[in-house]
Amino acid sequence: MYTEKVLEHFKNPHNYGRIENADGVGRVGNLLCGDIMILYIKVKKNKTGKEIIDDVKFETFGCAAAISTSSITTDLVKGKTLEDAMKIDNKAIVKSLGGLPPIKIHCSILASDALKEAIYDYYKKMGRHISEGLERVHQRIQRDLEKVKHMHEELG
Amino acid sequence: MDYAATTPVDPKVLEEMKPYFSKRFGNASSLHSMGQEAKKAMEYSRSKAADLINAELREIIFTSGGTEANNFALKGVAYANRDKGNHIITSAIEHHAILDPLKWLEKNGFDVTILPVDKYGLVRPEQVADAITPKTTLVSIMAANNEIGTIEPIKEIGEICKDHDVYFHTDAVQAVGKIPIDVERMNIDLLSMSAHKIYGPKGVGYLYVRNGVKIDPLLHGGGQEFGLRSTTENVAGIVGFGKAIELRKREMYKEAERLKVLNDRMIKDILKIESSYLNGHPIKRLYNNANFHFDFIEGESLILRLDAKGIEASTGSACSSTSLEPSHVLLAIGLRHEQAHGSLRLTIGKWTKRSDVNYVTKVLPEVVEKLREISPFKKSW
Repeated sequence: MYTEKVLEHFKNPHNYGRIENADGVGRVGNLLCGDIMILYIKVKKNKTGKEIIDDVKFETFGCAAAISTSSITTDLVKGKTLEDAMKIDNKAIVKSLGGLPPIKIHCSILASDALKEAIYDYYKKMGRHISEGLERVHQRIQRDLEKVKHMHEELG
Repeated sequence: MDYAATTPVDPKVLEEMKPYFSKRFGNASSLHSMGQEAKKAMEYSRSKAADLINAELREIIFTSGGTEANNFALKGVAYANRDKGNHIITSAIEHHAILDPLKWLEKNGFDVTILPVDKYGLVRPEQVADAITPKTTLVSIMAANNEIGTIEPIKEIGEICKDHDVYFHTDAVQAVGKIPIDVERMNIDLLSMSAHKIYGPKGVGYLYVRNGVKIDPLLHGGGQEFGLRSTTENVAGIVGFGKAIELRKREMYKEAERLKVLNDRMIKDILKIESSYLNGHPIKRLYNNANFHFDFIEGESLILRLDAKGIEASTGSACSSTSLEPSHVLLAIGLRHEQAHGSLRLTIGKWTKRSDVNYVTKVLPEVVEKLREISPFKKSW
């Protein structure tokens, strides 16, 4: 059911844990299955003065697909400029894993959402201008997260 | 560690079946000697099946397995008794092979009452009595639950059904061959059973139908199985099923004692893991079933990590299902979504050794700990 790459990241996930004084934190929840993912980023400026993701860690409550998409996402963004990191969508994540079962595609969306949300959080803290597109993504993620929290408290 | 899902065919069963594929391949409906030989072997199996549950020969109808037996019981009784009523009662923790045919019957004009269960998964017999109306024709409550192992009070429910003149069906796929079932003493009118749960082959089961119960067949045709299930019989499968039942009768009680000790020990050791809980009833449960939930982690991850360590188990997590819904059984006993998400079922059997159980109780805490390291839930939001 899973590719070798997925299982590899699931068995030995990269960059898991928490960054205590993170510059940006993205908390996302999956409405379909109740999975939760938190992505922490640490930002610094590179030699050319561009902001890059210097460090990244994740915490995930979820299945093998959720854990492996989290893990590969941290690999994909580490060292990238924020602009380039923003361009990483769920399709890129799925591709890097060599594919995901159709029913698990939502796990890759969770990971790309967590990344966007962490960058949003950083921009917000820094008082930066936030594009209309990113603001819309943020609003959707927050709505979903509220529902997932509710799911965890109420369901059953 | 997943004997409730299925079991390996006992080598003795396989030996018994072998000649019926190419040497004694006769059609049990043929009059010649090879056909009659097949017929005789099949009837011998029928006698074993009947004997184990205290039924009569004529009351055992071989099917393609538990799912067909359940469909046959529900649809067959529902349609044959439409003149009496259209109401059927069941419980929230039945197998999908009960709940889904009932959904289909609902679409076709039948009324279905689904009784809730308590936190242990028990149906209260009084609830059944209260739910019965003059239009009720059938009550279907499982003998033992496949996920959490809870053993239902079927004798009491059987009595209530008898008093109210309503048919009582029980899905006993997880119970027959493990715990004593007596259709007379327990007032059971219909009972479903499957071979592959008791070291028999896949693709064969039976429905016990008490003499006099009004039931329509699912399969019409050549009139095999007393006119209740047409199709050329799966002779080799039925022979294997018969042998498996014979072995169960011989080994059941001794094995029960051995497995109960192992299972109790396993439960006790696993519950030492922090924030771990037993699902199902602490005592009224199958002696080979252990079902837990662990806070802060997800079941599919748990299963795959255990699999990597050579341990096969199962979970009621949403992530492992095709519908992304957590187990209906775990939700019915009151578990919250994320609790069902973190569930683990271990079921042991004939070839489980003490060393296997020791290995699981050694590896599981490590795996749980590792996944908790990755999980955000260990700390507050």
